[in-house]
Amino acid sequence: MSSSLTFAYYPGCSGLGTSLEYDTSTRAICAALGVELVDIPDWSCCGSTPAHTVDHTLSSALSARNIAQAEELDVQGIITPCPSCLTNLKTASHRMEDEAFKEKVNKLLEKPVENKLPIMSVLQLLHEQVGVEKVAEKVVKPLEGLRLAPYYGCIMNRPPEVMNFDDCENPIAMDELMAALGADVAPFPLKVECCGASFGVARKDIVAKLSGKLLDAAEDVEAHAFVTACPLCQMNLDLRQSQVNSLTGSKHDMPVFYYTQLIGKALGLDAKSLQMDKLCVPPSKAFRKMEEAQQANAS
Amino acid sequence: MNIVSLSNSYDADFVDEVEKESKQNVSLCYQCGNCTAGCPYTSFYDIPVSQIMRLVQAGQRETVLSCKSLWLCATCESCTTRCPNEIDVARIMDVLRHMARRAGKAPEPQVKTFTDSFLASVEKHGRVFEMGLMVSYMTKTGRLMTDSDLAPKILPKGKLAFTPHGIVGKQEVANIFKRYNEERDS
Ligand code: SF4
Ligand code: SF4
Repeated sequence: MSSSLTFAYYPGCSGLGTSLEYDTSTRAICAALGVELVDIPDWSCCGSTPAHTVDHTLSSALSARNIAQAEELDVQGIITPCPSCLTNLKTASHRMEDEAFKEKVNKLLEKPVENKLPIMSVLQLLHEQVGVEKVAEKVVKPLEGLRLAPYYGCIMNRPPEVMNFDDCENPIAMDELMAALGADVAPFPLKVECCGASFGVARKDIVAKLSGKLLDAAEDVEAHAFVTACPLCQMNLDLRQSQVNSLTGSKHDMPVFYYTQLIGKALGLDAKSLQMDKLCVPPSKAFRKMEEAQQANAS
Repeated sequence: MNIVSLSNSYDADFVDEVEKESKQNVSLCYQCGNCTAGCPYTSFYDIPVSQIMRLVQAGQRETVLSCKSLWLCATCESCTTRCPNEIDVARIMDVLRHMARRAGKAPEPQVKTFTDSFLASVEKHGRVFEMGLMVSYMTKTGRLMTDSDLAPKILPKGKLAFTPHGIVGKQEVANIFKRYNEERDS
């Protein structure tokens, strides 16, 4: 193994499209922090929420094809940035501990899965294996004065017996990483509330209400921006913020970062890999407030 | 308020099927209401999740499988995480939705169409093709203006591909669906 941390990487479909900036910034910070990523060869879609709402064996088989592809690599485990992919991969793996279920899944596959590799989120890897101290050591441009509402979304840590990471009601991994960058992390009461998930297309009213509540709460704690770890949450809060505003009569104007973009910024990585320009609500406002706070502190 | 005549409509097979498919013991539910209290979707539901649990215990197949709530549950896992009796409530909701589908019920047709369009995209390309998914959804529902207000925000970002990200093994993925359909029909 060429590096001490080598992981099979599952980008997830949104990483090729609506969350391009999450994918590029994840790759950039992993490289900067000494984590080697090997893309799962010819990975396919895990089926996301639609698959498990139709059938559990089908859903597990769609995930298991990817686990089997990763088993051919010389890696310590599988990581993915996306909590929805993570849930599907981990739930499949958890249920396949039951041999009879694993057999049912394998009947749908070309290449049987062994189900031996540990699976975790990129967030868990950074928090537990790389470590907050190591991230702090590499900071060259601290984010002092940037006040963030940390939003994890509903499934990164739940249910705890499957996800096995952080606290299921009050997770702190992202808070600690952001604090290590020098940012001011607000006590955000709705860390694990649902944003409206994939109902944006079929039931906009639901997303407007649930994401609207999150945006209100972030304003209540006087955050300059959200920091998120989920492509779907990010999309509901950022891209759909205009819909929330028009459906609820609010006037939110709150940037919504991926935590990987902020780590990359504090680590001084180039703009090309962080792709801040892909965010819909322009982040410049939050950075201006950060700079003002830094100047006020200096004088 | 709906009054259910338990003795006339009790369907013992329904309780067994739900328990078997979900691997959960529904009789453990003592109606504390924790699941409903934490359910972010409860204001959109026609039947709150704790009442669905009670109706399952009471063998009320028709009422449960016809409700809209099953289709609006986002699997946020709040109920499962907070149930004092360690019932995997979200898994029961998932299983009930599978049963409703098999019974040909879909009182939230747009949600079903979105799900079906998504999976059709995966079956065809191996990965989901976001742009194609939206086009297929809009054609099937006739809601041609879906998210058209977002187009000027997202298109200039160059994030959405206009052609699918096909994969070498897309036939392998299609075969997963094929074998699944054969298993199910056999
Ligand atoms: S939380 Fe559990 S015990 Fe309480 S009502 Fe819901 S399912 Fe029943
Ligand atoms: S998993 Fe479904 S039923 Fe349970 S709390 Fe979430 S939305 Fe409600």
